[in-house]
Amino acid sequence: MSIPYSRTELLVAVIARLLEGCRHVTVGASSPIPGAAALLQKDLSGGAMRVTILGSNRYNAYTNGGVETFDMAAQGRIDAFFLGGGQIDGQGNINLVGTGSYPESEVRWPGSFGSAYVYYLVPKVILFREEHTRRVLVPKVDFISSPGVSAPGVYRPGGPYGLLTGLAWFSFDKQKRHFRLETVHPGHTVEEIRDQTGFEFDCPAQVPLTPAPEPEILALIRGRIRKQIAETYPRFASTFAN
Amino acid sequence: MNQQAICELAELAAAVPDGAKLAVAQDNCGVSMAATRELVRRGVRGLHLVCVPVSGLQAEILVGAGAVATLETSAITLGEFGPAHRFIDALRKKRIRILDSTCPAVHAALQAGQKGLPFIPLRGLIGSDVLANRKDWKVIDNPFSPGDPIALLPAINPDIALFHAPLADRSGNVYIGRRRELLTMAHAAKQTFVTVEAISEQDLFDDPKMAPGAVPAIYINRIAIAKQGAWPVGLPEHYGCDDAALSRYVNSAKTEDGFRRFLDEWLGEAAVTV
Repeated sequence: MSIPYSRTELLVAVIARLLEGCRHVTVGASSPIPGAAALLQKDLSGGAMRVTILGSNRYNAYTNGGVETFDMAAQGRIDAFFLGGGQIDGQGNINLVGTGSYPESEVRWPGSFGSAYVYYLVPKVILFREEHTRRVLVPKVDFISSPGVSAPGVYRPGGPYGLLTGLAWFSFDKQKRHFRLETVHPGHTVEEIRDQTGFEFDCPAQVPLTPAPEPEILALIRGRIRKQIAETYPRFASTFAN
Repeated sequence: MNQQAICELAELAAAVPDGAKLAVAQDNCGVSMAATRELVRRGVRGLHLVCVPVSGLQAEILVGAGAVATLETSAITLGEFGPAHRFIDALRKKRIRILDSTCPAVHAALQAGQKGLPFIPLRGLIGSDVLANRKDWKVIDNPFSPGDPIALLPAINPDIALFHAPLADRSGNVYIGRRRELLTMAHAAKQTFVTVEAISEQDLFDDPKMAPGAVPAIYINRIAIAKQGAWPVGLPEHYGCDDAALSRYVNSAKTEDGFRRFLDEWLGEAAVTV
């Protein structure tokens, strides 16, 4: 028997599972769903996992200013981080700057933030973008804010672990420089994923459904986690279940 | 003693020359919107604005008002309130030169500046179009361990660092708490200008709880009182951002005319009303 849940709740539960075993997860600005997921996994780990939420006062114990996140990443003290992108391509390159020619850009987004650094250094970077369309998932990004893979010899302990969208979860194979479709969210099909994805990806013959959140996980999300994330994202917390 | 640092807001703005390399803080650190308004009012031009490491409404308004020649930043964002229309428009019309950066590069270049170093190496960057478009950055082979390419960034030494803080004292010390990038900015900059919510009669260094969170007066050149001086941006632990005012702004700034009307109204207000 399953309890009805929202897409947000599904994504929170999926990300929390991906964070299992991490010692310290940092969540960047404007990332309410990853923030809630990190707090959920922290709760499930009995508090063993540390969480830093940039933009939060309560879940941010940094005392050395904005640079501390990046210094921690360089020291290997952050196991997982989240990045998005206005465009993401099949080699894991991300574009947070804009479309068309640079710097005039047809569509200009805010900018690269810390991506041109943390993507290289944090071992488990989860690419997260709810919109799953050919507009976002393109054959080749127009501007590389940060590359998915680096040439041999370039210091690169970190990189993409996978890509989570509103429709599916893909893992990333660093050797093959390719995404692989792992699960499709309930209510969606492989066919739909193919239609909406602008790059080639590996696809096994049978693609399982993304597991629905268990009742006790949903209860946790709707209870403690919702209250905790409200400190940083009050408007998000009020629309959780929609 | 640095008593002479305390001045009127208009004097502080008048002391920012046209063409200055001006470093400003990000929204969660203390943004001096009060000084920004005075800068726009006095018609400052040709700024090289360094956002540490990103900016929001402050850069957007300075760009829209034609005050900025070069914009060095890792992002310009108004968050959930919507696009930074004037920033985007200025790029499209080639009215500004953009130096797209990445957050740790801005921090590292300021750290080089505070140490008096000419440059600093930084991991990441290689293979990105951020690096490809920064002709002022270089890649060298690690001289200690050949076969390890690494990026080098020139130091940033701003002419002026500008931010808003909760408190200063009569000696000219400024309280910033754990917003340590403000200290780095002050160390790296030739001069530091600050607006504050209040001035305390008690010296910050007389209180062991306050002293570690202070920027010493030796780095501070101008202090002006500006109550609610970050408005409509918030000042963490003091007041939040004004959602309604930010939404109204984004709506107005969709067009050049709308932005001009916003500016007229904003500059016309004698004091900030909250």
